[in-house]
Amino acid sequence: MNGPQDLGGRAGFGPVVIEQDEPVFHADWEGRALGLTLCSGVLGHWNLDQSRHARECLEPSFYLSASYYDIWLTALEDLLERHGEVSAEERAAVRALQPGRRPERKLDASAVFDVLSKGGPVDRRAAATPVFNVGDRVRTRRGLSHGHTRLPTYAMDRVGTVTGIRGFHVYPDASAAGQGEAPCWLYGVTFSGEELWGDGAEPDTDVTIDAFEPYLSHA
Amino acid sequence: MHNHSHDNELSDQEARVRALETILVEKDLVDLGAIDAIIETYAEKVGPQNGAKVVARAWSDPSFAAALRADATQTIARMGFKGRQAEHMEVLWNGEGVHNLVVCTLCSCYPWAVLGLPPVWYKSPPYRSRAVSEPRAVLADFGVVLPDETRVRVWDSTAEVRYLVIPERPAGTEGWSEEELAGLVTRDAMIGTGLALAPGP
Repeated sequence: MNGPQDLGGRAGFGPVVIEQDEPVFHADWEGRALGLTLCSGVLGHWNLDQSRHARECLEPSFYLSASYYDIWLTALEDLLERHGEVSAEERAAVRALQPGRRPERKLDASAVFDVLSKGGPVDRRAAATPVFNVGDRVRTRRGLSHGHTRLPTYAMDRVGTVTGIRGFHVYPDASAAGQGEAPCWLYGVTFSGEELWGDGAEPDTDVTIDAFEPYLSHA
Repeated sequence: MHNHSHDNELSDQEARVRALETILVEKDLVDLGAIDAIIETYAEKVGPQNGAKVVARAWSDPSFAAALRADATQTIARMGFKGRQAEHMEVLWNGEGVHNLVVCTLCSCYPWAVLGLPPVWYKSPPYRSRAVSEPRAVLADFGVVLPDETRVRVWDSTAEVRYLVIPERPAGTEGWSEEELAGLVTRDAMIGTGLALAPGP
């Protein structure tokens, strides 16, 4: 969906504001919001793509003005409410009004190192051969998606060149919609600045995106 | 819907975090010790010092550089830098008229295991919107001005592949140890918004 997260190429946000000697966390609550987000994810009610989709569904004016940890926190409140773990009434009362649904999945402190070290690889055993080869000219699909997608608007309906085959990965568009992993080939696709931005392009620039096979057709 | 006053933003967020934490602990869904361990990991253990070691070794050891080109994920994992947000790694080499710049226009994808958590600017609309459409202007915001003939290659992290830029090795560092070299490798140099530092006088 071309929600507030779909920022590539949009104008009006001004210069990049760089903070010298930036701390990892600006306030205690930021680190705790990160920890709560990771711990809650381990409960297994939602996957990575669904958590991203929850963030991009936030009200645009909020998304564009909030700090990123506030975006995470707000999406976490939504996800926990939607999956019946923490209701709005409980948040208002600041106490549990009903038992937790999945305490057996709780992430124990002793398991944090292992969970972070293992991560969540999304590559799967290839069940098909790649349709595209390095060097192929491809066109990206166009059209409005109301669900989650990882094809940014600026790279829709553009012609590029396959410059890498990254692996056979979980397809986020399906995964976010609760339609299973539907893994497919993932490609690096490179576009010239001129193809993406026309006369407004800076000279001698290109942009490479990672594009899932369903996004592409032969050009 | 969420409507938050920005007059007292910090206390609002602090209160909401405390509320969630209190309820989740009461329901036995979250272990406070796990939150502390996660914070400690990214505040103290995992950060750009990890990526700097990868770069310094790539500069120093041709067989390591070749291994990185062949399989960055496994090669970096063998140094102990692996897992969350480094499950699928690619390295990008600056040099020979090419400068690489990494962004995530759609969210905040970033190679945590080698660089730690991203800085605020990396997650902000100005960087995410402009890095793809006017990368040279964005580099100028960082004080980096490249020759016109240097090609700028932007990598938008739209899937689960995470990118690490290997900056050019500064001149005058012949014979330096990996540890000395790592001291020249900044976080921004590994994102592409900076260059490796020049050796001091």
